Amino acid sequence: MTDLLSTLLAERDWLLGDGATGTNLFSMGLEAGEAPEIWNETHPDRIRQLYDGAINAGSDIFLTNSFGGNAARLKLHDQQDNVHTLNRIAAEIGRDAADASGRKVVVAGSVGPTGEILEPVGALSFSDAVEIFEEQAQGLIDGGVDVLWVETISSPEEFKAAYQAFENLNFPWCGTMSFDTAGRTMMGVTAVDMVNLIESLNHAPIAFGANCGVGAADLLRTLVGFQKATPHLPVIAKGNAGIPKYVEGHIHYDGTPELMAQYAILARNAGARIIAGCCGTMPVHLTAMKAALENHDHGQLPSADEIQTALGPFSSPDDGLGDPSGAPRRERRRRRG
Amino acid sequence: MSDEEDELILSELDDDELVEQMMDDLYDGMKEEIEEGVNILLERGWAPYKVLTEALVAGMKIVGNDFRDGILFVPEVLLAANAMKGGMAILKPLLAETGAPTIGRMVIGTVKGDIHDIGQNLVTMMMEGAGFEVKNIGINNSVEDFLEAIAEFDADILGMSALLTTTMPYMKVVIDQMVANGIRDDYIVLVGGAPLNEEFGKAIGADAYCRDAAVAVDTAKQFMTNRHNVRGG
Repeated sequence: MTDLLSTLLAERDWLLGDGATGTNLFSMGLEAGEAPEIWNETHPDRIRQLYDGAINAGSDIFLTNSFGGNAARLKLHDQQDNVHTLNRIAAEIGRDAADASGRKVVVAGSVGPTGEILEPVGALSFSDAVEIFEEQAQGLIDGGVDVLWVETISSPEEFKAAYQAFENLNFPWCGTMSFDTAGRTMMGVTAVDMVNLIESLNHAPIAFGANCGVGAADLLRTLVGFQKATPHLPVIAKGNAGIPKYVEGHIHYDGTPELMAQYAILARNAGARIIAGCCGTMPVHLTAMKAALENHDHGQLPSADEIQTALGPFSSPDDGLGDPSGAPRRERRRRRG
Repeated sequence: MSDEEDELILSELDDDELVEQMMDDLYDGMKEEIEEGVNILLERGWAPYKVLTEALVAGMKIVGNDFRDGILFVPEVLLAANAMKGGMAILKPLLAETGAPTIGRMVIGTVKGDIHDIGQNLVTMMMEGAGFEVKNIGINNSVEDFLEAIAEFDADILGMSALLTTTMPYMKVVIDQMVANGIRDDYIVLVGGAPLNEEFGKAIGADAYCRDAAVAVDTAKQFMTNRHNVRGG
């Protein structure tokens, strides 16, 4: 049976994803440091409101409130024994919201990073990471998601661990990484590296791409980077609504709905077929993005100048794909046998 | 790894060559080789402080610069820091015995509500790599936790870290309390974390925002130098 996301991608040129989870929940009273996933149990009405916000703004896909719902993260809130339940409920509320919408809306089960560093650099073993992801994914599947969606990953090992879990469960999935350091992920993965990684997998994702990171401009540069490796799978763009600014004691993302509308048009021109927002993106941004995508034609791959003119300057001079600042990588003088 | 190259015997190198080689080994994260190199230099009569500064700190400086310039990334830096740690474990007791000077003392932690500590752990390693004494007080720290720790540890520098936009403002709560207690100027306050920027650092009254761990080390060194000059004058 074909999954709903693949069906929609076959029917349509582009799909609108959702916006921020955290930013929206904080506006509903979530306190800093609270685990948003606990609200699945304690405030299901607000989680429904979060999902409905995206659905009513025209999203074709939304992510469940389960980003930090793995045992490694929930342990910090003493909720590590509640993984399956919190994820199942996140998905169930989503299923109900999608089914009540009267149109085809994809419920995507959000899976975020463990927050640990994997071996050999860190302490978390690959097999433990697979187990952690599998436990979470099972809860999401049991709650009725259409697709699993791993996001904000920096390390190739962790991405592969999530992939391995999804393959074990034989469930359709999407995956995005976060490119926030000199055009690469924190762990040094370039846009081209990611395409190569994706294309090497047996149980290929439905779509892959970039999320979060720095601002909307940097995210677009990553999309252009993907195209350099001519990916065969649909690309996802899920960029932040600008950059966080400190205004009178609160943090405010400076990306306006107009900026995100520009971002959406450019993201489609840069090859994205699933276009969404990340941190700071509220329903009002989504509405503007949808209108912009409907009212503009598909254009050409944007140049770096076009991106910066529309969305502001990149955070670093390099996209990680050329020679880094012209400096040669240091060579070891002599190796020991 | 490469067959055509001869195996290198560290103990057969002269001091200069050995130090050069140790810098390369640090860069490549080779812990056992670093430990061996430290022991050889000590056996040759080098003062522990000289081993620390001329071999290890100098080597980590190269790692830090390449990290700052986007040539190295977190995995390589963590491996280098781990190798550095191996050398430090040998030097630390000797440095204490000989009463060698420290470059500076820092307390670091994530602010209340923030449980993301990869960044500050990286800063801790890089700061230790640069010869600072660092007390990492972990995640989710209240004003009281920070103030107690800087007093107890006799810190020069307070470092605060946040990954979430929602927890960043708490840094200002800590700084405001330091002002209220009349101790703000006794400390250098550095802040960092993915969503922060320079403008934010200024707005909350920190001494500096540090974009990454390498910048944190450079900034801390600079402030410590200025401080010594002021005190000395």
